[in-house]
Amino acid sequence: MTREELQAALTELQSSLTFEEGGEWLNINAPAENFHELALKLRHTSGLDFDYLFCQTCVDWKTHLTMVYHLTSMTHRHNMVVKIKLDRNTPEVTTVCDIWRTAEFHEREVYELFGVNFLNHPDLRKLILPDDWIGYPLRKDYDDPVNMIKL
Amino acid sequence: MFEEVASTEQGDLVINIGPQHPATHGVLHLVITLNGETVKKVEPHLGYIHRSIEKMCESLSYRQFIYVTSRMDYLSSHINNHGCAMLVEKALQIEIPSRAQYIRVIMDELTRLASHQLWWGAMAMDIGALTPFFLAFREREMITDIMEETCGARLTMNYMVPGGIMYDIHPDFCKKVKEFIKHFRSKIDEYDELLTGNIIFQNRMKGIGILSKEDAISYGCSGPTARASGVSCDVRKIYPYEIYDQLKFDEVLATEGDSFARYQVRLVEMHQSMNIIEQLIDNIPEGEIQAKTKAVLKLPKGEFYTRIETARGEFGIYVVSEGGTTPYRIKFRSPGFSNLSALDHIVRGHKIGDMVAIMGTLDLVIPDIDR
Amino acid sequence: MFSLSHITDLVNAWLYQQFPPTLALLLQFVIVGILVITLFSILGLVLIMMERRVAAWMQLRLGPNRVGPRGMFQTVADTVKLIMKEGMTPNGADKLMFNLAPYIVMMVSMVIMAPLMFADGFQIWDINIGVFFITAISSVSVIGILMAGWASNNKYSLLGAMRSGAQIVSYELSAGLSIITIVILTGSLQVSEIIAAQQTGWWIFKGHIPVLISFVIFIIAVTAETNRAPFDLAEAESELTAGFHTEYSGMKFALFFLAEYVNIFVVCAIGATLFLGGWMPFHIGSWESFNHIMDYIPSSVWFFGKTFFLIFVIMWFRWTFPRLRIDQLLNLEWKYLLPISMFNLILVTLMAIMGWHF
Repeated sequence: MTREELQAALTELQSSLTFEEGGEWLNINAPAENFHELALKLRHTSGLDFDYLFCQTCVDWKTHLTMVYHLTSMTHRHNMVVKIKLDRNTPEVTTVCDIWRTAEFHEREVYELFGVNFLNHPDLRKLILPDDWIGYPLRKDYDDPVNMIKL
Repeated sequence: MFEEVASTEQGDLVINIGPQHPATHGVLHLVITLNGETVKKVEPHLGYIHRSIEKMCESLSYRQFIYVTSRMDYLSSHINNHGCAMLVEKALQIEIPSRAQYIRVIMDELTRLASHQLWWGAMAMDIGALTPFFLAFREREMITDIMEETCGARLTMNYMVPGGIMYDIHPDFCKKVKEFIKHFRSKIDEYDELLTGNIIFQNRMKGIGILSKEDAISYGCSGPTARASGVSCDVRKIYPYEIYDQLKFDEVLATEGDSFARYQVRLVEMHQSMNIIEQLIDNIPEGEIQAKTKAVLKLPKGEFYTRIETARGEFGIYVVSEGGTTPYRIKFRSPGFSNLSALDHIVRGHKIGDMVAIMGTLDLVIPDIDR
Repeated sequence: MFSLSHITDLVNAWLYQQFPPTLALLLQFVIVGILVITLFSILGLVLIMMERRVAAWMQLRLGPNRVGPRGMFQTVADTVKLIMKEGMTPNGADKLMFNLAPYIVMMVSMVIMAPLMFADGFQIWDINIGVFFITAISSVSVIGILMAGWASNNKYSLLGAMRSGAQIVSYELSAGLSIITIVILTGSLQVSEIIAAQQTGWWIFKGHIPVLISFVIFIIAVTAETNRAPFDLAEAESELTAGFHTEYSGMKFALFFLAEYVNIFVVCAIGATLFLGGWMPFHIGSWESFNHIMDYIPSSVWFFGKTFFLIFVIMWFRWTFPRLRIDQLLNLEWKYLLPISMFNLILVTLMAIMGWHF
């Protein structure tokens, strides 16, 4: 599907989505509530079939956090980006690891590096950092005078 | 941690494989739960070589951050650098000269060959055959020599710059590459003779560690690991970059999804890489090796994503730019991270020896996973 | 033919002449003990050197080439290093068992040497149940390995020891059955008689295909029994780091290492004795002059030549094959080798009764 077709199909799917201008691929902003339902639709609606979550990460905008999901379809070869704005103090979003299983590790990584809490995640523990680590290193206000090298 | 131990049944054996263990090729730490010899659960504990490269890149300029990525997947450092350079070029819409494109592709394929050779030796060592490791290094040595001559380094080449390549190739480069291809074509059959046809090897590999196509997609696997399960995911074919769309090569696919398929896919990929190099090596056009770029690069405000096919799979770079000289946020999508997440699913119910063999066929590079 | 028996007889006679019989016997024990220990250490050094050389040759490397002329003293240097190292005992280990295990393994491989005939008339103990003695004693070594694995208080060691137990106990059956084929043909368990029966030709030539089959099975089985690749599951480096001897260091580790190599020598010596005629020279039918030339080669050279050839074959396996998995290993034994060797035993018995062999 081309970008325009995709945009039309997505508007049909959920009218509350907003689209971003520019960018290589179609960028949509989705609300954090009911994201799981949207994700299920994206995965299973025929014609969309976004079955491959190739990148899942988070961006700290100092005022809020944004979860970024890069999705592609292995059958139709179209890509898109889903963004979810999260509150910085209590970032919470439903897990998608039952839809795309690669999300299990990616979400654990985001959980420890950004502090995003993924609801219903089966095994939300620290993956990379030591178990007793305090703070979220990839947030912009994180400061570690010992381990961080600034240029 | 305590809950974990409590949740395992009585009679289960919990073993730590790694971080110092011959099979993990680095500092991967797996906590495996065994029932006798049978693996019930595998739980990777990462981070032993986590340097937070993503955070580090936030304070590096767009010229500098390229070279940090060599330290991630050190076996395909060239391709990582290439991906980052491509991202900067895409964002700034720099057209790079065709000579640089040719050389980049040749270098990428040489890196892929070297990486697959090392994988072949290391994987054979995982299943207990020690001699292949030395055979693999015999040929890999020729590639590293070529790299050293042209790039000045053997492992972390740092050869790519935004807009082209850093130096022109060495005068002997084409001759040596042709010699290498000729040599390796005669030697790659030895690989098959020694290992592929071996009855013990085949019994250890066939029907073991099956990853179905649906699971491969769901787990986000890429590269030879996914292609062995029948997932067509070669970035070089689907989203061609540089001059890959003008080249004749096949995307190697298998349908079985077992260890042997993963093995075969990589071996055939070596032949394909040699084909690609042969198509290019005689036709490197004359001309500039670098496009003119500003001394200080500033990416426009926005988000950029580039993907590139490394030896292990799809390497993605996601950059959020605020318009400054450094990235606001950078995320590396490393192929090993996703491939590793499928490990638990693949190895359940297999013997501990098979777990090691399957890990070998996944071709994990730990700094790539930890970043 | 040149024989060492007159030297041994001479020593024997002189000892009994000089000393009372009890003391003379004790002195003989001491001499034999010293000889065995010397042989043990020399074999260890030579075999480890040989292994490294063979490995290097197969892997396009040079191998040890720095210590001494052509690297000959590399193993000596390694041994010195191992002696100097601290022999640590882990805190959680069962101290007695942990320290006893390497000695048991080593003693077993020493005791097996007793009935071996190293040359014409050069044997420690020509016991009338020689072959049976060897099979009986060699199965004791598994106890040492199990002790080491259990006492280490290490999960890798335990897994390695359990694998080793399953493996050695299973493969002993095939090894035993292929030894019995020769016993049936010879009609004796005594090592000297088995060798004497091959005066007219080695069993591997005289016994047609059935003996060839049992020879092949014997080589496979002893490779497994000595925990050598492709059957090195007990120490499977990439899976269990070092298996049952993970926790051992220094001289205690060296004893395991030495015992492994001496075991290889012993099983190859048994193979050479049973199938390749021990110290018997190579003869071809009625070629009198050829046979005479062969007779001039000392018997000890024949024995060691054949043994080292078999050792080379076993090393060749190690550097060529990948490792089997534990269930494949046991399948191979119980589903293939054991039925084949049982059937083969019937064939050989039939052959012996009908006198079809040469």
